[in-house]
Amino acid sequence: MSNVTCKLSGLEKSFGRNHVLRGIDLELRAGKVTALMGANGAGKSTLVKVLCGYHFADAGEIELAGAPFKPLDAADAISKGVVTVHQSIDDGVIPDLDVATNLTLDLLTEPGADFFVNDRKLRRQARKVAESMGLSMDVRTRVADLEVADRQMIAIARAMARSPKLLILDEPTSSLSASEADRLFALIDRLRAEGVAVLYISHRMSDIRRVADRIVSMRDGAISGLFETEPLDYVGAVNAMLGHQMTEVDIDPVTGGDPILEVDRVRLFENGPQIELTAREGEVVALTGLLGSGTTELAEVLFGLAKPAGGSLRLDGKAYTPKSAEDAVSKGVFMSPKDRSVNAVVPDFDIANNMTLPFLGAFSRFSFLSERGQRRAADEMIGKIGIVCQGNSDGINTLSGGNQQKVMIGRWLLQASRVLLLDEPFQGVDIGARRDIGHYIRQTAKGRTTLVFVAEIDEALEIADRIVVMHEAAIVGEYINKNVDLNRLVADVSGPANGQGQREAATQAMAV
Amino acid sequence: MNTGTMNKTPLELAIRYGFLVLLGGLALFFSLYASGFASPRSAVFILQSVAITGILALGVTCTLVVGGFDLSIGSVATSALMLSAYSMVVLEQSAFVAVVLCLVMGAVVGLINGFLIVKMRVPDLLATLGMMFLLIGLQRIPTQGNSIATGMSLGDGGVAEGTFSAAFLWLGRHRFDLFLDRLLPVPVVVFLLIALLIWLFLGYTRHGRLMYAIGSNERAAELVGTNVQRYKIVAYMISGMLASVGGILLAARLGRGDIASGNNLLLDSVAAALIGFAVLGAARPNAFGTAAGALFVGILLQGLTMMNAPYYMQDFVKGAVLVAALVFTFYLSSRRGGRRTA
Repeated sequence: MSNVTCKLSGLEKSFGRNHVLRGIDLELRAGKVTALMGANGAGKSTLVKVLCGYHFADAGEIELAGAPFKPLDAADAISKGVVTVHQSIDDGVIPDLDVATNLTLDLLTEPGADFFVNDRKLRRQARKVAESMGLSMDVRTRVADLEVADRQMIAIARAMARSPKLLILDEPTSSLSASEADRLFALIDRLRAEGVAVLYISHRMSDIRRVADRIVSMRDGAISGLFETEPLDYVGAVNAMLGHQMTEVDIDPVTGGDPILEVDRVRLFENGPQIELTAREGEVVALTGLLGSGTTELAEVLFGLAKPAGGSLRLDGKAYTPKSAEDAVSKGVFMSPKDRSVNAVVPDFDIANNMTLPFLGAFSRFSFLSERGQRRAADEMIGKIGIVCQGNSDGINTLSGGNQQKVMIGRWLLQASRVLLLDEPFQGVDIGARRDIGHYIRQTAKGRTTLVFVAEIDEALEIADRIVVMHEAAIVGEYINKNVDLNRLVADVSGPANGQGQREAATQAMAV
Repeated sequence: MNTGTMNKTPLELAIRYGFLVLLGGLALFFSLYASGFASPRSAVFILQSVAITGILALGVTCTLVVGGFDLSIGSVATSALMLSAYSMVVLEQSAFVAVVLCLVMGAVVGLINGFLIVKMRVPDLLATLGMMFLLIGLQRIPTQGNSIATGMSLGDGGVAEGTFSAAFLWLGRHRFDLFLDRLLPVPVVVFLLIALLIWLFLGYTRHGRLMYAIGSNERAAELVGTNVQRYKIVAYMISGMLASVGGILLAARLGRGDIASGNNLLLDSVAAALIGFAVLGAARPNAFGTAAGALFVGILLQGLTMMNAPYYMQDFVKGAVLVAALVFTFYLSSRRGGRRTA
């Protein structure tokens, strides 16, 4: 058993009333890659931020190489040997400067650094760092001109220049191609051999199969599973991350009427798998899959935000080729996007104006808004969907996450639609609001078809008549929501190489 | 039930009405201490002094609403000034043609600004700064850098024969009767009309509401099916056209194509629009605030002048008011927490 590099015990963190970390106990070992899995809101990023000095823990202790570790800020964490490469690569590099400067930047900020910059010396040092990482590019290249993988390598190289004890990689492959990712994995293998403890955060099963020595699953701010005996139990890890206590909601699945939306041999990217899907009148279809499985991309194609790489769509039997959100809305295809604070909430507006935003035309005569009409419609929806507020003129940011989301969903239920797309409608929503929304969506499902894109299986089971599982841009399973075989469903979600966990098989599957 | 009207803390009251109270207090102060300040003629004089700046400020307000900025308004106004003079004096066209040419010019400049910002993805400040520079240069080329007046010598050796037509000068100099003879100048009427129109448009039409939505969260506005690009371009076109209206009125008042006038237009109108953020605690661009902001600066300058403050104090006073208004808007509003809305 290798040495423990970093030991967390009883770590807790709250934001206001929101208990994000509820006592995390975890050991990270030298020369081991620990994969951290968890759905959105499970607390992964908060955990990382505590480790790299952005947040202070409310309670609990961290030990680093046997000594207590309490970083004052990000710089302090780095100097003590915890280095983080964040998800967005450009946080880790300065794109407008050349490779040499990027690799030696930390030398420039050291106390006692020379006033004048000796370019030749810097370049020599940079070349040494680059070679040690197996990078072969000209160190005078501007970082912005490099491809994504190289930029990421530079970010990691910068991190490695400080000889960290613990390296944290947050979704490092999210913008890499398969071959680029392979280079990253080779690098991780080298670091592992050098005895660095690596915390690898990802949703991608193929990555995890490739690099992980141990898997830790998080759920609702706590560790829900630790897997470190060979062969690793990947399905168990996904299971622990998603969790699926039998839900109280009892759904009597309907089969639906006439087809409304037909997805015909659509490819989400060049040479990707073909997707076939028919959504019928009155039914609620949940599309589920891990992050990066293609659910979000499919939603974007259906709402006109992205063009499919192939295939065609039909709406009520007629060709449907939406060019923009405006076009999709005018054809009766509505979408409530994920990440509401970025994509949906208008922070300066109150509840009524946020809710009626898509349909201002219906609330105006000769372009002049009828405020009374807006407020009446908002009040009606507030009652129906159960928004807890003092009145329709409350600022949207005075509401809790669940109530904000109800406003965002209610927005699209003010008018009848043919297709209602809900991308992660339960993101950052408490269980009560989640039930309310799910109930109201099902109650109003007649007359349209509803597609719900969710990563959590629980949520799919709560709302859908039919559950469609996606993996790597393909549909890999379909279930009627009655006595679903959960083990099979979870196996579908985690991908084809399920259960056995042999490295070879997993690597093969990844290469496909 | 509207919590906005109940249980107001003193801080909220101060944020909401502080600026208007200050405006009233200022007027009262000058009425008492500057003899002749409190008269209809003086009030009209103030309005006249802020009319052109105010019109430009209303234009820039529209671009601020969609989260943009238009630095080119001052140069659009002076370009309109030169263009109207050139078309009447050198090309010997009618007032109607001159006005139409200027409005088209303003719209085209706005269209190009919008195109640069929306399609070419040039940041708004930079695009309109570039346009400002370009127009300052362009307006000098046809006259080799000279001002335009009847009788000036032309590049080909001839003499400019045309004149500013009476109809055109009417725009800048005519005064309507209102209680008193020849009281209300045309530019003031135009300013008040435009202020009313922009106020209705931004505050009470669905287009205005969508423009505010774009300024607050562009991505969200787009995803509810708003044509964000079109609204942004239209905002810059409104700004360009209002700026050229300002330029036309300035030309009509001066009666010549003066190359040096209009230097202060940009700063004064931007200041008015930004001061407007503080009015009624809006903390965002709004037409009523912009008009009140322009008026505030006008009253202050007129009052100080009548109390014999030297003219070179003016810019300093304007700057001080602007800084105070910005602190008022941003610091106090941030302390208030969750924003209240229209």
